[in-house]
Amino acid sequence: MTPRLRLLAVPLMLALAVTACGGGGGETAGTASSAKPAEKVKLTVGLFGDFGFKPLYEEYKKTHPNVEIVEQVTQFNDHHNNLVKRLATNAGAADIEAVEVGYISTFTALTGKFHDLKQFGLDKRQADYLDWKWQQGISKDGQQVLGLGTDVGGLAMCYRKDLFKKAGLATDRAEVAGLWPTWESYIETGKRFAAANVAGAKFVDSPGEIFRAMVNQAPVGLYDTSDKIIVDSNPDVKKAWDLSNQISQNNLSAKLAAFSPPWNTGFAKGSFATIICPAWMTGYIQEQATNASGKWDIAAVPGGSGNSGGSHLMLPKQGKHAKEAAELIDFLTSKENQARVFKEEGTFPSIPALYDDPSIQTFTKPFFGDAPIGKIYSDAAKALKPQHLGPKEADVRTAIGNGLGRVEQGKQSPDEAWAQVLQDVAKIK
Amino acid sequence: MSAISLRALSRRRRRHVVDMKVSPYAYVAPFFLLFCAFGLFPLIYTAWVSLHEWTLLSDVHTFVGLGNFGTLLGDAYFWNATFNTLSIGVISTVPQLLLAIWLAHLLNRPLRMQTFFRISLLLPNVTSVVAVVVIFSQLFGRDFGLINWVLGWFGVGTIDWAAGTGTSHVAISVMIMWRWTGYNALIFLAAMQAVPRELYEAATIDGASNFTQLRRITVPMIRPTIVFVVIVSTIGAMQILAEPLLFGGSSVTGGPDRQFQTLSLFVYEHGFTKFDFGYASAASWIMFLFVVLAAGVNYLLTRRMKGGL
Repeated sequence: MTPRLRLLAVPLMLALAVTACGGGGGETAGTASSAKPAEKVKLTVGLFGDFGFKPLYEEYKKTHPNVEIVEQVTQFNDHHNNLVKRLATNAGAADIEAVEVGYISTFTALTGKFHDLKQFGLDKRQADYLDWKWQQGISKDGQQVLGLGTDVGGLAMCYRKDLFKKAGLATDRAEVAGLWPTWESYIETGKRFAAANVAGAKFVDSPGEIFRAMVNQAPVGLYDTSDKIIVDSNPDVKKAWDLSNQISQNNLSAKLAAFSPPWNTGFAKGSFATIICPAWMTGYIQEQATNASGKWDIAAVPGGSGNSGGSHLMLPKQGKHAKEAAELIDFLTSKENQARVFKEEGTFPSIPALYDDPSIQTFTKPFFGDAPIGKIYSDAAKALKPQHLGPKEADVRTAIGNGLGRVEQGKQSPDEAWAQVLQDVAKIK
Repeated sequence: MSAISLRALSRRRRRHVVDMKVSPYAYVAPFFLLFCAFGLFPLIYTAWVSLHEWTLLSDVHTFVGLGNFGTLLGDAYFWNATFNTLSIGVISTVPQLLLAIWLAHLLNRPLRMQTFFRISLLLPNVTSVVAVVVIFSQLFGRDFGLINWVLGWFGVGTIDWAAGTGTSHVAISVMIMWRWTGYNALIFLAAMQAVPRELYEAATIDGASNFTQLRRITVPMIRPTIVFVVIVSTIGAMQILAEPLLFGGSSVTGGPDRQFQTLSLFVYEHGFTKFDFGYASAASWIMFLFVVLAAGVNYLLTRRMKGGL
């Protein structure tokens, strides 16, 4: 009834929150040092979505019987916004917090709020990682290790074989990849698909994630290396914008905003024939399109390789069990466990030694028609060129995403929408 | 009576006087203490914050005077949110109150299972707002929504409810009406029960129809309640947050074109996703003034409403 009062009461509520949830994650275990093995320790892990960690917790408990692990899962945006609030008020953050690459620069800038993982000897892990993935978790001055990588989102394109067949297109994954060496040819393929009038299905879910993929393939994205937003001057961004709008203008889009409930329904109903498929998306598709096992397949992405998404685990200073939490971070991101999570959940390792590992190279999934997803994503990850990400990536992407949405909903011409995007982006501080 | 007991008596009397004078304040004090802590203090503190460049993650708060207010009044998105709030407010409140009076009128007569009907009226109000919005968002779905399916029988094409400005306002208003119509109907019903039966009996003998009785007797007799409900509903409508936020799938802009971003959502966007507390506080204060203004105008309008509807 009274959101206004709630908003007005913010400073006070935050103050109260300090006292109310001062316990943060660890309410068990007293103040004594954790040297004694019998002492109970409760660790909380703050995630967005399913990271596939649950079996790992069980295994960890076998060797650490005194540790209890509680997972807190929130929605993507809420997770990161809440984390900012919890850091600002020094209360309520989990012992371990996951941060997606879109937000990683925001949080690595807050060196005072996170533990330097070097303290716990985790700089030894540097040799394991893809160099750019490791660098993303480092503080700006290069001195502190603030986050250890979990996965990378090497790009591929997922497509529905049954819908392609109905449209008279090739269905074999090598031939399909041959249909779209570039994004322009991808759109041309889309027009052929649309011309076949497959009932109830469009070519693309919506242009938003495609735009993100295209920008991520460019050498420089939304920010330059001095953290200046260059949306207005980077020709690659404008090109991605124009191509994304061609999808809307040629009526190839099912107009389903990513991660909305209708989008989830769209998977189950087969409302779109292709979707941009970073490795983590395969797990999502499998979860949503339970009725479509064997109908999906995976082909190479247009326009060469790129990365979309991926996360780090970070250790907020406010937790009471930093040492135990650091150990758990080490465990959850270890080589063996990243391989295991990939096989179960689909999120792809950020440890290059695994890419040539036979168990990954030969890994297939029946859901995707036995596509060699281990090989596809290994190839994608090996070809990756890192891109610098700025502190407000997520806000800039939202502003552009809204612009694409206005064109998609037919409210503005691409030029009008672009002008408004530039205005909105200029306001991001 | 001895002098001692007289003195004791006067002491007791004095204590009684003090008791009479002080106790009432002590009894109401808890409310005012809580109000100061959760109402007045935040209100004043927000005003203080609004005069600063104040972001959550920085400890430096630069004083900018009325700078935030200046930017705000020139911000087209703010006025867009104001328009959306008023539009949703009118579309939801007016039909809601008419419907509530009509429902109350129907229930204000001897009925079987009276309690059952009255409790059913309140049921939508006790449902969680999140549940309501989730369900209604599905009903208003573009491709597989029940409402479009039914409209399809009458040859109406697929409506993308969330995409259009008008359609999204209607969808959100329906959610608000669903939750609050029954609640307001019960308040009206309580007021109607205090209207003397004789008036209706006399009117019936004079041959006044049911509808005329509602207009000429019921509405004028419950006018103070109507004033109250109109003001409370207006204030509620000015503060709509959860419905547009969840209807847009947790998008704080209320759709890509901000087609259903309300003022509360605007404040939320700046305060809790951009963490620009100074700007959000300024917006909250302007919003507060709007609420006072709207409530005042409504009070004047409904107070002058003499002859009923």
